[in-house]
Amino acid sequence: MPPPEHVHWMFATGFLALGLFLLAEAVVGRTVWKRRPWRMYLWPSTMFVLGLGMWPVMVFFTSSTLHMLAHGAWAEVMMFAGAAELGLASGKLRNPLWRLAIVLAFVVTGIAFLVHEQNDWFFQRSAFLHHLLGWTFLAFAVFPLGRAIRPRSAVFASGFALAFVVVAVMLYCDRDVAPVFGHLSPLAGEPHR
Amino acid sequence: MTQIATEAPEARGRQSVRARILSAIGPMTVVAGVVWALLQPYRLTFLHPRGQGFWWLLIEPPLLVILVGAFFHFFVLPGLLEDVEVEGEEEC
Repeated sequence: MPPPEHVHWMFATGFLALGLFLLAEAVVGRTVWKRRPWRMYLWPSTMFVLGLGMWPVMVFFTSSTLHMLAHGAWAEVMMFAGAAELGLASGKLRNPLWRLAIVLAFVVTGIAFLVHEQNDWFFQRSAFLHHLLGWTFLAFAVFPLGRAIRPRSAVFASGFALAFVVVAVMLYCDRDVAPVFGHLSPLAGEPHR
Repeated sequence: MTQIATEAPEARGRQSVRARILSAIGPMTVVAGVVWALLQPYRLTFLHPRGQGFWWLLIEPPLLVILVGAFFHFFVLPGLLEDVEVEGEEEC
């Protein structure tokens, strides 16, 4: 079993890739991005695969019921959002309201992060990052929402892309036991690099 | 000068800016990974593999960042640049 910090880093890599794909789409616009069919499926399928990858996390990282529920909720909403975007890309889904699936994913992810972190902000670095990630997801949900309402807006498209890059950076900062701004609870255990 | 003749250089300039931004995404990501590797060389366990476990050898975060940047640059960017150019020509 990989240590939890390694799992965070693997997902960070997926989110970074998502961020770069979406950033490129924001720069060129949807019309150019859609010129090659495989490119339309690139970020939704990455999201779907990340959702699939959350299931083993749910099954094997059962430190508490809350952890299991949070990981399960992420798996579901990420797969749902990925599938909705895949459906829109293929033309099988036509109603643009399906774009709200990714808003739901952001909100559920934010709440799950906040609920499943039982320690306070400065308990240790991972606790701090979980609180920060939760609030980041909730605040950044405005970007996918804006993107759903105004699909041609460069601001919302760029913000949506950068949200994934920011989340990736936070996930890469995660450590199993490490101080945050000099704070480390004695209950957290022995720190390591 | 006609309206079309004045709009063509503008469209070409816009495409050129887009192409430059796109071309910078991959290298900037790779640079971020390299800087991280230089700041925290102990994260690159392949440099000192003795005594490291399987996951520590497999998941080396700075390398993952570099890989993502390289993947984008070599697999996504080329086709995208071609399409940006085609769009520019169509606009002109």
